[in-house]
Amino acid sequence: MSIFVDENTKVVIQGISPTSQGLYHGLRNRAYGTHVVAGTNPRRGGEEIEGIPVFATVADAVEATGANASFISVPPKFAADAIIEAAAAGVPFVVCITEGIPAQDEALAYNRLVREFPGTRLLGPNCPGIISPGKCNIGITSGDIAMPGGPVGIVSRSGTLTYQALHELSQQGVGQTTCVGIGGDPVPGTSFIDCLRAFEADPDTRAIMMIGEIGGSAEEEAAEFIGSSVTKPVVSYVAGVTAPAGRKMGHAGAIISGSKGTAQAKMDALAGAGVTVAHNPTAAGEAMVDVVRNLG
Amino acid sequence: MDLFEYQGKQYFARFGIPISKGGVADTVDQAVAQADESGYPVVVKAQVKVGGRGKAGGVKLAENAEEVRTHAGNILGLDIKGHVVKRLWVEHASDIEREYYASFTLDRGAKKHLGMLSAEGGVEIEEVAVTNPDAIALLQVDPVDGLSLEAARAWVDRANLDEPARAQAAELLVKLYTCYTEGDCDLAEINPLILTPDGRVHALDAKVTLDDNAAFRHPEWEEFAGTEVEDERETRAKERGLNYIGLQGSVGIIANGAGLAMSTLDVVNQCGGAAANFLDIGGGANADVMAAALEVINADPAVRSILVNIFGGITRVDEVAKGVLEALDRVEISSPIVLRLDGTNAAAGREILADHLSDRLVAEPTMLDAARRAVALAGGQS
Repeated sequence: MSIFVDENTKVVIQGISPTSQGLYHGLRNRAYGTHVVAGTNPRRGGEEIEGIPVFATVADAVEATGANASFISVPPKFAADAIIEAAAAGVPFVVCITEGIPAQDEALAYNRLVREFPGTRLLGPNCPGIISPGKCNIGITSGDIAMPGGPVGIVSRSGTLTYQALHELSQQGVGQTTCVGIGGDPVPGTSFIDCLRAFEADPDTRAIMMIGEIGGSAEEEAAEFIGSSVTKPVVSYVAGVTAPAGRKMGHAGAIISGSKGTAQAKMDALAGAGVTVAHNPTAAGEAMVDVVRNLG
Repeated sequence: MDLFEYQGKQYFARFGIPISKGGVADTVDQAVAQADESGYPVVVKAQVKVGGRGKAGGVKLAENAEEVRTHAGNILGLDIKGHVVKRLWVEHASDIEREYYASFTLDRGAKKHLGMLSAEGGVEIEEVAVTNPDAIALLQVDPVDGLSLEAARAWVDRANLDEPARAQAAELLVKLYTCYTEGDCDLAEINPLILTPDGRVHALDAKVTLDDNAAFRHPEWEEFAGTEVEDERETRAKERGLNYIGLQGSVGIIANGAGLAMSTLDVVNQCGGAAANFLDIGGGANADVMAAALEVINADPAVRSILVNIFGGITRVDEVAKGVLEALDRVEISSPIVLRLDGTNAAAGREILADHLSDRLVAEPTMLDAARRAVALAGGQS
């Protein structure tokens, strides 16, 4: 099994045109085996691009194709509206990889989802997406570096570190159930805890790798949840031990303010919850290989 | 982007938040003219983006033009913790009855806005938060609802502001919330927010951080951009569209992705070295981007070795390898380069590089090996 997406996931690409990022990534996802069933573009309803039927709205696309997931990579100023459109059309799983959405838009869109569309889960924004190896890939992760079959579930705040983790595990012959990039923005739609809970409930996931970074308190909250509610082994790595305070390290969320949000505080919290904490990505991969071998 | 006090106050004023009558001055003569305009007594305040300017002699009260002349002359050019004062804010001095604190920011844990209000402003609010947390009235605001005047009134009561301040403070807080949301601030803070003996409430200081992601809908922010104090290296990098932060070490870093770049800094540190910078070249590791990145790092005299750490996802490693070679044809690099290229098409990438490797261009198979090598080449421990 996998979490959030599987072989039955049907994806609509929001904002599709012959030159759009959405089409570029959507075709890569389709080549991986993902069911890309529709695209939307208010000016291109009724057209077909690369064999993908285009509808004017998400609601039309859902009605005609039964799409149950959407993929958003539109520019920042349109992204929040695109998220709400998908939710209003009843799409249960929305992946938004757009980077650079204003924090005010993000906070408003998130709270509208919670109140008005509780049936929709948003992944992102500013994330690499999600891959259930061999089943479905939505986003920008390269399918080549993932390995089907489990038993490891991966959840990460950082894109390239997610690839690094997939690569380290695949090279050692350790497969993944699902790899979720939750993104580095201040208001992520899906949190570490959401993923940990789903991995805990997924019988095929037998160990969890969690990759965090400086800023905020998401790792500390995850540590608390792991301590109380996760029975499966967790290996973790937190990036940014040497990051200076007060400077944004690329991700809008990756900033240390005051004494809060340091990598050390996060690692301490995770270790306190029984998590195996590694000090670099390679060590995390090795630790996970050990964990998996000991699963028997 | 952090604003100077004067910019923050001018930003507040756009949203109807009352501030003292005043203006900016870049010279002593301008300061005197501004003081005459604002009305004596005035406060002459150094404009620097660093705390503790009062203790450093950067804030002075002046009763007349002669005193303004003296203080402005002393403060302009003053070095406050490495920040040289180039601009002053001169405003009419307020009589202060009480000092409060008010701010809005994002509560990332709750994913809602967080207002903080205290009747004990004017001092280090962090200290109040630690020693007397009950003195700060917190208010979570759901962005869908916004902040109503009614909610603001209840909040002001809860914070126990003095009776004569309450009605004005509630109105001001609604304006501050509007400034924070519609004005796209990451932080909008007033410390102190004052009550004057004649019963007026207004902002005596302003700390505003704007959300750079929202710049596309704020053309008026352009006037702030030119005044940002930056590391020279960072200015060069910004001109080339690179995501760069200058640091103090000797190993230049180029990586793709913020997480991997941060992680590279950590690993260099674990190997006994120190990074000269953070540089995320993002997804497009082509020759142009690579050349620009190498140029920026090469211009930093502290750099002794350069570590290029690329993990190809969508970016194919063979293309990165070609980009590196092309960049090296265009730019003369004075430090040895260590490459760690992994991920999609890594084998093809390594083949392309094989004939070009030397003691100036080294390849290592893993991130850890590459970091060790770069640290050794920079003269740190191996």
